[in-house]
Amino acid sequence: MNNQGRPTGIDGTTETSNAGYETYTGNRGLAQVEGLIYEIGDTQRTGVDLPEVEEFESCIGGVTRDNEIGLAGLTEPEAMRHYTRLSRKNYAIDLGLYPLGSCTMKHNPRLNEKVARLPGVADIHPLQPISTVQGALDLIDTLAHWLKTLTGMPAVAMSPKAGAHGELCGLMAIRSALEAKGDARSIVLAPESAHGTNPATAALCGYKVKPIPATEDGRVDLDAMKEALGPDVAAIMVTNPNTCGLFEREIIEIADAVHAIGGYFYCDGANFNAIVGKVRPGDLGVDAMHINLHKTFSTPHGGGGPGAGPVVLSEALAPYAPIPYVVMGEEDFDMVEHDTTGKSFGRMTAFHGQMGMFTRALAYMMSHGADGLARVAEDSVLNANYVLASLKDIMSASFEGPCMHEALFDDRFLKDTGVSTLDFSKAMIDEGYHPMTMYFPLVVHGAMLIEPTESESKQSVDQFIGMMRYLVEKAKAGDTGRFTGAPYNAPLKRLDETGAARNPVLRWTAAE
Amino acid sequence: MTTYYSEDHEWINVESGVGTVGITDYAQNALGDIVFVEVPEVGDELAKGDEVAVVESVKAASEIYSPVTGEITAVNEDLEDNASLVNSSAGGDGWFFKISISDDSELEGLMDADGYKTFTAGLE
Amino acid sequence: MRYLPLSTDDRAEMLAKICVENINDLFVDVPNHALLKGLVDLPNHMTEMEVEQNFEAYSAKSVAAGSVPFFVGAGAYRHHVPASVDYQIQRGEYLTAYTPYQPEISQGTLQTLYEFQSQVAQITGMDVANASMYDGSTACGEAALMACRVTRKKRIIVSGNLHPHYIDVVKNLTKFTDGVVVDNDPTLNKPENLIDQVDDDTACVIVQNPDFFGNINDFSDLADALHERKKLLVIVNTEVVALGAIKSPGEMGADIVVGEGQSIGNGLNYGGPYVGLFATRQKYVRQMPGRLCGETTDADGKRGFVLTLSTREQHIRREKATSNICTNAGLCTLAFTIHMTLLGEKGYRHLAQLNHAGTVKLKNKLAGIDGLEVLNETFFNEFTVRLSNNAAEVVETLVENDVIAGLPVSRLYPDRPELNNILIIAVTETTSEDDMDILVAELKEVLK
Repeated sequence: MNNQGRPTGIDGTTETSNAGYETYTGNRGLAQVEGLIYEIGDTQRTGVDLPEVEEFESCIGGVTRDNEIGLAGLTEPEAMRHYTRLSRKNYAIDLGLYPLGSCTMKHNPRLNEKVARLPGVADIHPLQPISTVQGALDLIDTLAHWLKTLTGMPAVAMSPKAGAHGELCGLMAIRSALEAKGDARSIVLAPESAHGTNPATAALCGYKVKPIPATEDGRVDLDAMKEALGPDVAAIMVTNPNTCGLFEREIIEIADAVHAIGGYFYCDGANFNAIVGKVRPGDLGVDAMHINLHKTFSTPHGGGGPGAGPVVLSEALAPYAPIPYVVMGEEDFDMVEHDTTGKSFGRMTAFHGQMGMFTRALAYMMSHGADGLARVAEDSVLNANYVLASLKDIMSASFEGPCMHEALFDDRFLKDTGVSTLDFSKAMIDEGYHPMTMYFPLVVHGAMLIEPTESESKQSVDQFIGMMRYLVEKAKAGDTGRFTGAPYNAPLKRLDETGAARNPVLRWTAAE
Repeated sequence: MTTYYSEDHEWINVESGVGTVGITDYAQNALGDIVFVEVPEVGDELAKGDEVAVVESVKAASEIYSPVTGEITAVNEDLEDNASLVNSSAGGDGWFFKISISDDSELEGLMDADGYKTFTAGLE
Repeated sequence: MRYLPLSTDDRAEMLAKICVENINDLFVDVPNHALLKGLVDLPNHMTEMEVEQNFEAYSAKSVAAGSVPFFVGAGAYRHHVPASVDYQIQRGEYLTAYTPYQPEISQGTLQTLYEFQSQVAQITGMDVANASMYDGSTACGEAALMACRVTRKKRIIVSGNLHPHYIDVVKNLTKFTDGVVVDNDPTLNKPENLIDQVDDDTACVIVQNPDFFGNINDFSDLADALHERKKLLVIVNTEVVALGAIKSPGEMGADIVVGEGQSIGNGLNYGGPYVGLFATRQKYVRQMPGRLCGETTDADGKRGFVLTLSTREQHIRREKATSNICTNAGLCTLAFTIHMTLLGEKGYRHLAQLNHAGTVKLKNKLAGIDGLEVLNETFFNEFTVRLSNNAAEVVETLVENDVIAGLPVSRLYPDRPELNNILIIAVTETTSEDDMDILVAELKEVLK
């Protein structure tokens, strides 16, 4: 009789809860703790093998670095473990839904990553001779064509490095156009619900921002706007669809009114996902609009960047666009790197822009095509309205539907529960979800802005809805502990942000 | 020494033509954990209503406006390392700055302790 | 359509739940004429294979730097990035993660940012660094604005030997603010006198080291002179590998250091995305733009990291923010820190030595060529030469022979005919001796 081997059933195991069992490592199964590189590594270790340095005579002129820098090194296996362990403490789109309103956390296709690494696209220097980068210029020109066609605008500035940078580009073009007429003006109007980048950008252009209130149904108050208009208003900055997730019905009237006084219409294109392929901002009277390639066009968020914010421009503003830009010559592409017209407002960045993001965005666009992109808008709006319709009976929707690609709720439904928007959000983490956008926009109390995006399946959205309903029920039933101490299931509990701000420790330093 | 209060929730203790200014306990409670106070510089000249300081919590920043016209004669250096004084002792050790008052009549527009109490009760 | 999971049945069910008949009913607020009746005039969706083929075509129409002897630097440098870096940054948990505003589920991103900030502070020799900016040039512009805020002055004196794109960006960013840029002519390898331009209304002086033409300077005296006058010194670095061999800007007395981190962890990518570095002294921390990651503890007393000092930023301070910045360089920042960790102290210094040694070797090989004069006395991995012929034409001729010889300065300074014969040549650890010999032979041929 062959009685080798070990038991394989579960009869006989008694305790299944490990409550109270400390571990030596601090790890708990696959949830592993990980120190800093400075605590694990040292100045001697290295994970690279470099060729030997031959003898040479230094031409550094004695300005040498003689003391120890203190950098920590790890060998390759240690480094792979360090970064892999850390990665597992992150939530990500690849893991689950991000209901983050205004962020458009859609799937990041890997085809985009593959083509972005092709040598003729990745291994080219921005200042190589133009004749050696025709493929790159062709790619940028093609993307520019897609952006202009989708927005119905005649021109596009490709160099801004992020959405906020794009806003700056648009406002600088506007100010330059006004200064060319000898009338720079001094005020920009923006809705109270505007994203913080809008007033910050206006300030960088020397403009004061006058906020415009919203109506009861969440849109820009047209009458208030018209009253605020005057010869000193340079522009209005409007997000459309707006930050409450609603389409500005009176957008044409808004555009006409600001044009009538000689001002310009800057559109914040953060929410373009709701209308891409179905509505062209150029048809709405927009003069300048930035497009967040990392939102609408799927370039990865990468933990906070890089972004890209090309800006489409109207006929009136196109002459003031920044350098550089791609042009088509008789046979070849060229790059205009110096302004000969005297009108361009200048250069926003070294080199030409976020080529890596252009490649990814264009791959996404080609994969979807005109038909797919219209579907993107429709499905994103459908998913958001489905969430709204499925939750509005138990959560307080801030406005009557329909919404666009995001649904706004506020904290009225949590009244007298002892649970705040923040607490509710942290409990979502325990359920395996990243919280929705909270406390933005500022126009409602305890805002919760939910944007599922079109790359969520119905099952995924249904589970999200079920989870939200469950939490609302618990909050209303008085189960406050579940919320106020959340999250309990994340790698860390709530963090002391007050302490971090009072006594900022922003780097590792060696112990004395 | 008399203490006056503004509708922006500042108190000013006036003694011999110099006012010590801080924010009220009501204000520190509403702002939450204070992490930093940006104070003016000694010698700065301000008109009543000018922005004179900024109080920061983790998630918000609030401007503080000068309740009177005058020149800054001192600032509370302890706040730099210990912003939490504003939370623990808003009316005392959490003072922000001292200002020499150029126009006494401006004090007439401010509230006294009872007036401020009524004012805050009305805000609830 | 492989990225769109909703089926026809799903859509019908969902429309029923919402109580509308047709998807366009949800677009009811769009002005009638603006809702497109058909599709935009662009191709319909393509298969994955077709898209790949399109991009392979784009790729084939450009000359990859690694496929020929290659000598262009001027603010972006071709270095070897270890294979591990790309594998890590492609992990979904890094690639597809959002900004770490919910720290409990973002410790991966946050800890790597903290490590990045520590590395940048160390290599620049400064007290504190932020979590990165878009790139070196915009970081430089932001440094100018910060210097104006800190000193409450407005004149910004800019070295003529700063990268011309960086000069343009500083001018652009201050264009509609109170800041006044005082620029200077490039001096090639001759010294500059910047201190005499400083007056009471000056906020800062901005210099680059090694400068655009490759020269290395010790700015300690300039720093002392500026500090006596209560002005700030901003030092720019566009080749971060240099800091492994040359004295750091912090040791020289810089108040703000900005740089381009692209050389570490990131490829050339035709100019972007790159990694802006920004570091300063402890006392100026609250005036810094950009994100900052700080250490703290959680409710159980465990160490963790959070974004902090957020009240400087646009989402809170709005028009009074230190800047309008929202994103950082994210994934590129991660690539930088991973590569830096793999290098470590030893590897970083070794890499710097390799770069400098190779450059010295090439300089020596070029010495004997008629019609070519090396102008630099000092350099790290890039130097300037004066040719007997027009540099742009020389470069074009060499392109025909599959050599990319360097940057003709006229490309960035088209209106300075005195610079038409100037070429800037860069060398890195990826430049082989064969590459150098080919360049030498080609130059000899074209200059004779």
